[in-house]
Amino acid sequence: MPVSETSSKAIYDALKAADTRVISALPETWLVHLIRMADDDPEMALVRLAKEEEGVGVSTGAHFAGARSAMLMQNHGFLQSINGIVSCSLLYKVPLLMLISDRGHLGEPDPWQTEGGRYTRHVLDALRIVHSELRDQDTVQHQISEAMTLALSSLSPVALLLTRDLMWETPR
Amino acid sequence: MKRIDCLGAIYDDLKECAVVTIMGAVAAELYSLGHRANFFYLEHAMGLASSVGLGIALAQPERRVVVIDGDGSVLMNLGGLTTLARYAPGNLTHIVFDNESLLSVGGFPTATSTGSDLSAIARGAGIASTGTYTTVEDFASATRSAIASSEMNNLVAKVEAVGPAGFHMDLELLENRFEFARALRPESS
Repeated sequence: MPVSETSSKAIYDALKAADTRVISALPETWLVHLIRMADDDPEMALVRLAKEEEGVGVSTGAHFAGARSAMLMQNHGFLQSINGIVSCSLLYKVPLLMLISDRGHLGEPDPWQTEGGRYTRHVLDALRIVHSELRDQDTVQHQISEAMTLALSSLSPVALLLTRDLMWETPR
Repeated sequence: MKRIDCLGAIYDDLKECAVVTIMGAVAAELYSLGHRANFFYLEHAMGLASSVGLGIALAQPERRVVVIDGDGSVLMNLGGLTTLARYAPGNLTHIVFDNESLLSVGGFPTATSTGSDLSAIARGAGIASTGTYTTVEDFASATRSAIASSEMNNLVAKVEAVGPAGFHMDLELLENRFEFARALRPESS
């Protein structure tokens, strides 16, 4: 599978370095290595979700209980989670670090991903959620550390978009 | 059976627990019995109370966590039952007050009024310990056992579709949220 293992490892190591103890996730192709790494890590509480919005609740509970957390999902999972993000994390000022695979953007070959890709950034902007792209393995650690810091200091959601350049290794 | 009587019967048992409730009548009734710092009323995000409880239970395995849910909320997040079943933290007790009604928003009947059985759904989702209760005594006794046990339990209490006259609580959302998080800090336990 041409999903980048080295990029996935860099992301996972950065989440660990940011003291992430709970990861909630719903699988998609680009996230397979990341979810396996969380599953194989006895120090990580991995919560496999039925639907992404649940992860907002899990992260809220984890935060109340003093644990740092992150959500791994596709952009369609983000779109699915909007009510939870608005009426749980934004309403109650709860930090929420979201790692969102940026499907449906430049280079997307799957027609069914393209519509969601059109709206991801606009919806993040509409909710005034600070977001940034993860594009380069060398900056992943720094960006994840900074995103976690901002989520915790602002008590707000922060989104990092996992780009095709970072996650996919086929010749382009 | 009235929900307020069920809550009154277990009120003392909630003293040492982290308690997460749904919005509306459940929150207002528990609050009316006497607010405590370890009570969090999720005044929106319907369906996510059990997910919040799961997050607390996983992050603090030593703490007893009680989620007080309702039929309308559970029906909005049936998939969440499968997630609870999958991780089944032994420190989590999931109570569902089933009044077969969306009482707080006009009393329209939910699907439990036409035969959907939440305990059967919970069992089908994989939650091994679940039961339906119709008397305050049985409910309170089962809740006490559930809180004390090392197994995750789901309890469905069939209650009348009656609630308080109003839902006002003299507690700001953020005040409740920050107070609750502070109460969960290990040094305060």
